[in-house]
Amino acid sequence: MPLFEAKNVTKMFGDFTALDNVSISVPERCIYGLLGPNGAGKTTLIRIINQITGPDSGELFLNGKKLKPEDVATIGYLPEERGLYRKMKVGEEAVYFAQLKGLPKAEAIRRLKYWFKKLDMVDWWGKKVEELSKGMQQKVQFITTILHEPKLIIFDEPFTGFDPVNANTIKNEILFLREKGATIIFSTHNMASVEELCDNITLINKAKTILEGSVDEIRSKWAANEYDLILHGDVKIQGNGQYNILKQVFENDRSTVRLKTVSDISTNEILNNIMKSGKIISFNPALPSMNEIFIRVVESRN
Amino acid sequence: MNKVSVIIKREYLTRVRKKSFLVMTILAPLLMASLIIIMPAMMVTGNKEFKKIAVIDDGANIYGTAIPDTKDADFIYLGNADKNALIQNFDSAGYYAVLYISPKSENSPIIYSKKQPPIMLLDHISGSLEKEIEKTRLLQYNIENLDSILKQIRTQVVPVTKIVDEAGKQTETSTGIAMALAYIGGFVMYMLVFMFGAQVMRGVIEEKVSRVVEVIVSSVKPVQLMMGKIIGVALVGLTQFMIWVILTMGAVAVLKSVVLKKTNMTEITQNITQSVMTENQTPAPASATPATQISPEMAEFSKLFDNAMNQNWPLIILSFIFYFITGYLLYASVFAAIGSAVDNETETQQFMLPVTIPIILGLIVAMGTMQNPESPLSFWFSMIPLTSPIVMMARIPFGVPAWQIILSMSLMVVTFLAFVWMAAKVYRTGILMYGKKASWKEMWKWLRYTG
Repeated sequence: MPLFEAKNVTKMFGDFTALDNVSISVPERCIYGLLGPNGAGKTTLIRIINQITGPDSGELFLNGKKLKPEDVATIGYLPEERGLYRKMKVGEEAVYFAQLKGLPKAEAIRRLKYWFKKLDMVDWWGKKVEELSKGMQQKVQFITTILHEPKLIIFDEPFTGFDPVNANTIKNEILFLREKGATIIFSTHNMASVEELCDNITLINKAKTILEGSVDEIRSKWAANEYDLILHGDVKIQGNGQYNILKQVFENDRSTVRLKTVSDISTNEILNNIMKSGKIISFNPALPSMNEIFIRVVESRN
Repeated sequence: MNKVSVIIKREYLTRVRKKSFLVMTILAPLLMASLIIIMPAMMVTGNKEFKKIAVIDDGANIYGTAIPDTKDADFIYLGNADKNALIQNFDSAGYYAVLYISPKSENSPIIYSKKQPPIMLLDHISGSLEKEIEKTRLLQYNIENLDSILKQIRTQVVPVTKIVDEAGKQTETSTGIAMALAYIGGFVMYMLVFMFGAQVMRGVIEEKVSRVVEVIVSSVKPVQLMMGKIIGVALVGLTQFMIWVILTMGAVAVLKSVVLKKTNMTEITQNITQSVMTENQTPAPASATPATQISPEMAEFSKLFDNAMNQNWPLIILSFIFYFITGYLLYASVFAAIGSAVDNETETQQFMLPVTIPIILGLIVAMGTMQNPESPLSFWFSMIPLTSPIVMMARIPFGVPAWQIILSMSLMVVTFLAFVWMAAKVYRTGILMYGKKASWKEMWKWLRYTG
C-alpha cells in the first residue's frame, strides 16, 4: 500500500487550469521526485498535499485513509520560497514553528538542542535570524521541517543556497531520514540529484502528468538501444547491418565508442564481434541522463 | 484553537518587546499630559504678545479713555494727535494699531493696523464702547442715582443644563464636558483603529515578503494566521491604551500639583487685586462674589469635575470597548486583505485611499456632531458601520436613544463578520500570490475562488 496517493486531482484558478487529472502514488520509504518545468503545477500539487488549498476534484489518501486536516502534523514541508522572521532569535523562532506543528514547547526545545548539536549550530541559538547567512538560515529551516518527525516530508529545492559541504550534509540527512522510515517527496530542477536520490518520479508539464515510474525503468526505457564501449589503444570500429557507430573518440590511449543496435542482436553477439578488433575495457548500456529525458519529453510535448 | 493562541502569543510578544513600543508607551502619555496641562496654561498666560493701541478721537475725549486695558493690550489715549500722521507711522512708534473714534459717529470706530486684528480684541473694543455709549446716553435723561441704578441692573446670565431622564430624575451636566468627551472618544477611536489596523497590514506584508508565510500555512490555516495576527495586535493596542490611560492620569496628577503649587498663591492674590481694581473702574456684578480663599478657577474646576462624573460613564466605556473591538476587527481585516494582495508596502498606496476616506469622513462628521448631535447627518453616520465607531462615540456623551445604539451595534456586528469573512478569502489567496499586480478587481476574483 502506498504511503501517499493522489487520485485524479484537478485544480482551477478562474479559467486557468493548474492541475488536470493528475495522480501520483508514493510508496512507503521512497524518495519520490516531482519534476516539471516552471509553472507546470508542481507547487500547486504540493500545496494541495499540504492542504494549503483544496482540489476542485480528486481524492488524497495518506496511509490508505482520506487526508484529514489533522494530518498536517505528520507532514513536513520545506517550500522553495522560504523565509524566517528576521527580527526573531533563532532558537525562539525554531520553537515557534515546532509549536505550530503541534509539538509541546519543552519537547521542541529538547529535540532542537539535539539537532543544533548534530548540525554544528549550537552557537546560533541566541542570535537574531538576520545575523545568519542564507545557507545558515536554510539549515534552520531544514531542521524546523523535520523536527516533528513527519512520516511524509516534502522538500522543494532543498539544496539551493548551500555550499557543496553543507549540501552533502543535507543529502546525507535526507537519506538518513528515509533510513529511519520517512517517505520523501522531492521537487527539484537539479536532475543530477534526482538520479542520485530518487527512486520514483512523476514529470508534470502544463498541468498534466507526462511521465512516471521508477528512475531506473525510465532510464532503460529511454536508453534506445545505445551502448558505450571503451577499448585499449586507437581502434576503429566499423558498423555493420546490425549496429551503427554513432561516435568514436580517441584520447589518453583509449577509444570511446557509442553504438546503437538496429536489429534484434544480443549484447553477447556484439561483444563477440568487437573482441576481434581490440581489447575491451568496458561495455555499458548508454543510459540517458534524467536531464536529457526531461528535455526530450517536455520538448516533444510542446 | 491552540495554534491560534501560539500565533497570538508570538504576535503580542514580538511587538511588546520592541524598543519602539517601550518608547511610544512612555513618551505618548508624557506628550498627552503636557498637552493637557501646558495648552490651557499657554492659552491663559502664554499669549505674551503685548500690544499697545493708540486711541484718538479728534480731542473730543468722550470715549477715548473708556476702553480698559486687557492682559494682551494697553489702550493709550493720545487725544487729538494728528490722525493722518499717526496712521502713517504708528508701527514705528511701537503701536500695534490705531483706534479712531469719530465724535460724530461713535458707533463705527475705525481700526488701522498692519495685520488683521484678532476677534477677541474687536469684541473687547465694541463691548466696552457699547457699555460706555449706553451709559452716556442714559446720562442725558438726568436720572438720579444713575450710578447705583446701573450697578443694580448689571447682570450676568450663566445657564445651567440639567438632563431629565425617563424617571424624572434631574442631573446637572455640562455641554463643555460632553463636547470634550465627544472629541476625545471620536479621536482616540480613529487613532487606535487606524494605527493598529496599519500595524496588521505591515505584519502581513512582512510575512509575505520574507516568505515566512509559505512555511506557516503548511502548519496552520491562513485564516488562523490572519486572526492570530489581528487578535495579537489588538491585545498590543489594548495593553498600550491601558498603560497610556494609567500613565496619563498619573502624569496629569503630578504635573497639576506641581503647576498649581507654583501658581496658586500668585494667582489668588492676582485675582483679588484684580477684582478690587475692576470694582473701582466698572460696576461689579450685583451679587458680588464673596472673597473666599478658593480661586474662582478652582471652584469652576471642581464643578466641571462633578458634571463630568454625572456623565453615563459605564455606557461610554462599554460602548468604547465594543466599538473599538468591532471597528478594529472590521478595518484590521480589510488592512490584512490589502497586505496580502501586495508585494511590498509602496503598493498599498492605491488601496489606502478608499479605506482612509470612510475613517476621515467619520472623524469630520464626529467633529460636526459636537455642534449638533441630533442632525440627520450625525444619525446616519452613526448607523453606517464604516463610520459608526467614531461618530457614535462622539454622540453618546450628548445622550442617544437606546434603540439607536442597539441598531448601530447590530449593524456593526453583522458588517464586521461579513468583512472578516471576505477578508479571509482574499487573504488566503493573496498571501501565496506573487508578482501579480494587485487590484480591487483581482481581489474580487480571489474572493470567489473555492477552497
